[in-house]
Amino acid sequence: MFILITGLLLGGTYALIAMGLNLQYGVARIMNLANGEMLIAGGFAAFWVYTAGQVSPIAALIVVAPVAFAANWLIYRIMLQPLVTRAKSRGQLETDSILATFGMSFALVGLMTWAFGGGYFNYAYLAQGLELFGSSYGQNRIAAFLIASLIAAALWLWLTYSAAGLRLRAVSVDPRSARLVGIDVRATSAIAFALGGAVTATGGALISMFSTLDASLGVLFTMKALIIVIMGGVGDIRGTIIAALILGIAETAVARLIDPGLTLAAAYLLFLGILLFRPQGLFGKKPT
Amino acid sequence: MTAREVWSVLIAAALLGLCTLLPVYGSPYWLTMGTTIAMFAVLSTSWALFSGPTHYISLATAAFFGVGTFVTGLGFQSLPFWTLPLIAAGIGAVLAALVGLVTLRLSGVYFVIFTLGLAEMVRQVVTWVQNQTGHRGMYVLTSLTEREIYWMLIGLGTIVYLAGWLIGRSRLGFALRVIGNDETVAKHSGIDTALAKVLLFMVPGAAAAATGAILAPRYIYIEPATAFAPILSFQVVIMALLGGTGRLWGPIAGVIPFTLLWEAITRQAPNQTLLLLGLAFLLIVYVLPGGFVGLWDRLRRRFGGHR
Repeated sequence: MFILITGLLLGGTYALIAMGLNLQYGVARIMNLANGEMLIAGGFAAFWVYTAGQVSPIAALIVVAPVAFAANWLIYRIMLQPLVTRAKSRGQLETDSILATFGMSFALVGLMTWAFGGGYFNYAYLAQGLELFGSSYGQNRIAAFLIASLIAAALWLWLTYSAAGLRLRAVSVDPRSARLVGIDVRATSAIAFALGGAVTATGGALISMFSTLDASLGVLFTMKALIIVIMGGVGDIRGTIIAALILGIAETAVARLIDPGLTLAAAYLLFLGILLFRPQGLFGKKPT
Repeated sequence: MTAREVWSVLIAAALLGLCTLLPVYGSPYWLTMGTTIAMFAVLSTSWALFSGPTHYISLATAAFFGVGTFVTGLGFQSLPFWTLPLIAAGIGAVLAALVGLVTLRLSGVYFVIFTLGLAEMVRQVVTWVQNQTGHRGMYVLTSLTEREIYWMLIGLGTIVYLAGWLIGRSRLGFALRVIGNDETVAKHSGIDTALAKVLLFMVPGAAAAATGAILAPRYIYIEPATAFAPILSFQVVIMALLGGTGRLWGPIAGVIPFTLLWEAITRQAPNQTLLLLGLAFLLIVYVLPGGFVGLWDRLRRRFGGHR
């Protein structure tokens, strides 16, 4: 029971991060490997706001999200759009965007190490326990889970029922056909990328509430988000959420029952199963 | 063989002779640099053999390399040293085949993601096994000197170049060029694309593991955190791409300047190496898509060379 609940709490935050990556890859067609660094940057921002100004990390989200949105919008417009324009095929865009975002990822780690030092950082916020079903859970974990669920639900509603959400989904299905029905694919992709970055940074701020981070950890979160996105199926929000919860539970179970040092190995085992048996994702249809 | 090819072989042999003599005329500092350069030359060239024609970005180098160092760490007391690189190469090739069988049927993104975490995953498992059995790191104390390690690496490099040259002339090499141009066309003309890719991926796997086995005595003390350091994979990618993967000699044109630069930066400002790595990646994507080889070809075309 303890494993299940802790896993679900962790999976909720993972779902949010993976939704960010899914927006960037599914809609904007950018395999963003600097995603984890954006997460760490969000965490740093929350940490800095909390220790310097005693502002709660939850309130800090009001600033973190728009700033991350703007930064990612600029990154897309300045650095990634030229790659989209020059790419002759989907494969070439993938290779280019992978290399470019690797570059950004390393540059960001370098800059963050330079600005904040290479040490771990954490802070105590809502660090009391809460009794549930006979075991105690950190209040900060529960708060992070609730906020993540709230944002994920809002995002899902927005994507499903708003006109802008419909445009995003149209581009995700087929950018060329989307253009035919009068959708500005460039602007929509830029917004999807920016939104994905904002969601990821928000997830980072939430994770920093209960977890210790350092500048070099980003790639680990990128890995996890990628595995979740592939497991759930690209562009499939429902799949992403379920995959994130599965990963959260699997990691917690392995950390508890075998060894906390094996969490990535656990994620890999899931990944391997997906690659072997359902490369199209949990709910994806087989390509014909 | 055409006259041109004879010349190429002669020049290559002369350069190889010059490299082999480095320990004789060079200072210890240059021998150390030479060993590092030779190591990256082997890793980058073998990396480019696979990733050049197929455009699949492999980040598995660190995993194979680490496995190689552990082969030496576990076996150097009971087996003669020359068998260790061979055993490591065998294990590396099998590991590469397994990774390839799982991922290379699918599109390139899956492959990148899988190899990205591979070194870290193997590191976690090895650390866990060591914790279970109560071992931590291992000392690799051999009587090998740096010049012997250097010569072994030069030998390995020669094998990699020969392999690359032979693959380029073989049916496999031709099949891979077709795959690299258009995978659908390759499939329709009867090429077993998955098999060709898996076979070729075994080459960098074996070469990287053998390199790790040869270099293990240089580290003296081996532990998972250093043996499987993921940064190695990225260094190899960046050097190969900086040089250019279009030609067999491309990667080494990136290895030499980048290794020298990396060493200089490490000495001056060790914290800025990651920034350098990031900037180098961006440079390749935005300014030098074909690496130095691509630049060289473009210059030659502009200033009226032949062809």
